[in-house]
This record gives sequence, structure tokens and C-alpha cells, in this order.
Amino acid sequence: MEPIVRASGESVVRRSRGLPERYRLFLYALPFIVLVFLFSYLPLYGWIYSLYNYRPGFKLSDTPFVGLQWFRSIFANPTQTAEVGRVMKNTIAMSSLGILTSVLPVAFAILLSEIRAMRFKKLVQILTTLPNFISWVLVYAIAFAMFNVDNGLINKIMIGLGWQDRGINYLATDSHTWLAMILWGTWKGLGWGAIMYIAAITSIDQELYDAAKVDGAGRFRMMWNITVPGILPTYFVLLMLSIANFINNGMEQYFVFQNPINKDHIEVLDLYVYNTGMLGTNFSFATAVSMLKSLISIGLLLFANRLSKLVRGESII
Amino acid sequence: MRIRRSMGDRTFMTLNYAFFVLFTLLCVFPFYYLFINTISSNDLSARGLVTWYPREIHFGNYVQILKLKGLSQAAFISVARTVVGTAATVLGSAFLGFIFTKRKMWGRSFWYRFVVVTMYFNAGIIPWYVIMMKLHMTNNFLAYVLPTIVSPFYIILVKTFVESIPEVLQESAEMDGAGTMTIFTRIVLPLIMPIAATIAIFAAVSQWNSFIDTVFLMTEQKYYTLQFVLYKYLNESNSLAAIIRSGGGTANIDLSKMQTATSVRTTVSMVVVIPILFVYPFFQRFFVKGIMIGAVKG
Repeated sequence: MEPIVRASGESVVRRSRGLPERYRLFLYALPFIVLVFLFSYLPLYGWIYSLYNYRPGFKLSDTPFVGLQWFRSIFANPTQTAEVGRVMKNTIAMSSLGILTSVLPVAFAILLSEIRAMRFKKLVQILTTLPNFISWVLVYAIAFAMFNVDNGLINKIMIGLGWQDRGINYLATDSHTWLAMILWGTWKGLGWGAIMYIAAITSIDQELYDAAKVDGAGRFRMMWNITVPGILPTYFVLLMLSIANFINNGMEQYFVFQNPINKDHIEVLDLYVYNTGMLGTNFSFATAVSMLKSLISIGLLLFANRLSKLVRGESII
Repeated sequence: MRIRRSMGDRTFMTLNYAFFVLFTLLCVFPFYYLFINTISSNDLSARGLVTWYPREIHFGNYVQILKLKGLSQAAFISVARTVVGTAATVLGSAFLGFIFTKRKMWGRSFWYRFVVVTMYFNAGIIPWYVIMMKLHMTNNFLAYVLPTIVSPFYIILVKTFVESIPEVLQESAEMDGAGTMTIFTRIVLPLIMPIAATIAIFAAVSQWNSFIDTVFLMTEQKYYTLQFVLYKYLNESNSLAAIIRSGGGTANIDLSKMQTATSVRTTVSMVVVIPILFVYPFFQRFFVKGIMIGAVKG
């Protein structure tokens, strides 16, 4: 601290002679703003690739300009329409199932709050939130250890019980793919998803419960008439966020679980864009789909925000 | 206060406890199962004979896998990106969040929005990839770090936090002639430690778990992370067998210690998850705090 105190008089003079403070502060932020520009705004420039028939490795100017051909082909080319339709169906299915199962963390929190043994409650919370903090690759590693055909745990048990006469490759099947994905998502996210609701329940005024007890309300009456309304606002905000993210279901989970057999039902938008753009040959078409997806998701965000303002008088962004 | 216990009440509580015990076991057992398979006889494990408890315990697998080609390099990259990336994210968010509290900054509210709005849109993965390629971020370690320096969400957290600190502290330092940098390092940084710790924990977990960026950007093996290597091992049985053979497996004739596809997969899985298992119980409250402040809009 000494130099500051000693040089105090001088440094005030020096600073007033230099750059005005408002610009100096801006200069401090500038390197970060440049990073944001490079990694978040510059990619928007990449949208022009959707107007060309681009192939990685070539210069953009050497590839033919095709205008809106790729956008039109989404609707006009029967094979591509069918493909995009299939992928949209998967995306919508996964997101809808995700919204349907969003009541599970609510139920989890309500049921957990009924438990009075504090130690038990803490332990359950710590252990059930753990899966949220492992990567999807690791979830797949677990799925592999549990369900693989050679020495997977489930196969061992089923064969041991005599319910199966040989190993079944549960991971390489296309039956119930959507359901399997939702179940893995629930396994990973249920405990963590409940945390917010548990906190919301703790903040409910205890007197409400005491008053209800005096009036002779039973456990279920109190759950339904006090706890549920108490956490409804939290649920609503999270619901709006999941509407805003309806077509952004990410790709990591689907990427690690995909294989040639379940591909038809597991390809969501981002994964499809990756598979056609990065692995396949149709880079520009993938860019067009990717771009449309971004635009739709901004639309959904604004819609959810508007809805939230209408219903609760509060915006979510 | 005692609640009247009816028959229905008691049934409910029993079922409730049963549910939580079952679900908790469901969350924990897979980790236990992986672990007992890594310390059991590799031969028994590969034949699927290790189910509920370890058999013929040995810890050789954790030494053996270090000999696998590329695995120690992957571990190095994973640790490096976690350490460097976390430091960059924490310092970047702390500093920028702090600068954004300065009302005198030129165009403050514009630039703040310029940064924060990036939380709500992205150009899409293919355009992003093209630009990353043009910026020479493919096969470049910096691709793991540079994009994470500015994280809008954490910046909001820091800004809100700094704004809640009495301004007098900063003003009196200014009186003493302290510059912006001095104020940041000597006054603000020590005060925001609670929030910085929360950010550090989240950033570290997300760096350690990050996977898809390697898929997109890295083709050279020296940039692979543990997560990516594990993914490869899970999917490529043939190449995994080749790696095991080249790792000197033939010299070792003891079947119970010889590397198998199962032993390599489970051991690498454990290596990937152990840091999380160790860190998580101690920092759980930080995680919970993090999500709670996140709920309060900045």
C-alpha cells in the first residue's frame, strides 16, 4: 500500500494530464469487447456461406454463388424436406418430453421437503445432484457399463434371472430412443433440477403451514394449497426458459448416444447440422439450416419473454 | 409440533423414504460399479463376473493406463485447460464486471448490452466453426481458453455483487491516488472472493467436462482431452484393442492384470470422474449458491 500513499499527490496530477477517465475505462474493457466480437458476433458473418455452394478447403470466391437455393431446397427438394421434417420431429419430441417431465423436479422437491430427518435429506441432495456434474461422455460410459452386450450389468442380471437367454445390445437399438434419452436426461438432471424448488419451498412462510394445521388441514391439503402455489412462480420462469430453448436441445447427449442404428430417431437439429455439415458434404445446406434455427430460437425467446410479461408482468431476459 | 399420524400418513412416509433411497442408489451405484470393476481382476471383470463387490483386488490398472499411447498427454491437456481456463474466466469476469460498474466509462450501457446479449443468440454451430477455423483456432490450445474469458452470465454476477459493496471503499482509495488497476487488485478482488469462488467452481467443472469443442476443432491427437479419449475408447473397440497391444500387454501373461477393453474403459472413466467426486461434496454449497444467485436476475 505504501507507494500509493506516498505518490498520491503526483499521481492525481499525472492522471488529469493523460487520457480522460471515461476513455481510459473503455480501453480497459476493449480487449474483452474484441474477444466478444470475434467469438460471438463474427460468426454471424459465416451466414453468407449459406448463399454459396461452399466446400471446406476452397476459397469462398472460388465457389459458385447460389442465392437462396439451399433455403428453397428445404421446402422444395423432397428428400431434404423429408430429412428436415424427420429431424424437426425428433427435436420437437425431445423438447416436448422435456417440458412434460419438467414437473418431476417439482414433485421431487415437494416430496423431499416432507422428510424431516435432516441428515438423510442432506445426503439425498448431495448424492442425487452428483450426476449433473459429470459430462455426457461419462454418462455414456456408465450406460455402456450397464447395458453393453458382452458384460453389461443389465444383461448379466436378465440372463441370471432367466428372463433373457443371451445378451441384448440395448445401446444399438432404435426402439424407444426418445424415451431412453429422456430417462438419461432425468437421471442426470432430476436432483439438480429440484434444488431451485427446494429453496423456494424453504422460503415459504412457515406460519402458513401452522395456520393450516390449526384449521385441521392434513399433509396433502397443505402440499396442494400451500407448497404448490408457493413454488409456482419459480416453475413458471423455468417453463418460459424451456419454451425459449425449445429448439436448442443441444447436441452433446445425442452425439454421444448416436449410432448408425438409432440415428433416425436421435438426430436433433444441432446433431443433424453437424452430421451433414461437418461429416457429410453439404456444408452450405447445413449452414442454411443452422441459420434458420438461430432465427427461430430468437423468435421463441422473444415470444416467451412477451408471454412472461403478459402473465407475470416480469420479463425473463 | 406433533402431527397426527394416520394410517395413510404412515404409508406415505414409508413410500417416500423408499423412493428416495432407491433413487439415491440409482445415482450412486453406477460409480461404485465402475470403481469395483477397475480394482478387480481384469479377467473376471471382462467376463462380467464382478457385479456387487470387488474380486481379487489390485490397483495395477491405474498405473497401467498411463502407458497407453496418448493418455497422459490427454490428461495433461485436460488439467491445463481446466487450470488456465478457470483462471482466465474468473479474472476476465471479475475485471470486466468491475469495469462495467464504472458509470464514467464511455458508452458503458451500450457495451454492457453488447456483451450480455450474446447469452441469448448464437450464429449456429457451422458458421461458428468456419470463423474459428479462420481465426486459426483449430488445433490450437487457445481455442479452449480464449472463448471462455468473457462469460456474460458471470459478468452479470460480478457486476451485481460489486454494486452491492459500499462505494466509499473505492472512493477513499481513489482519494489516496490509487488507479483503476490498484483498486481492482487491492480492494475489489479481495471483496468479491465469495462470488469468484463460485464462478471458479462452475468454470472448472465445465472446462473439465467440456467435450464438443474438441470434436469440432481438434484433429491432432496432442490436443485431445480425457473426455474425448474416453469417448473414442467407448466407440472404437478395434483401435482400442490395438492400443492395448502396443501398450506392452503381451509381455504380461498374468490374465488378472492384463489390460482388456473393459479394464481400459472403466479405468479411464474413473480417472475422468474422480476429480469431480472429490471436489463435489466439499463445494456443493458453492454450487447451490451459484444457482441461487443466478436465479436473481442481474
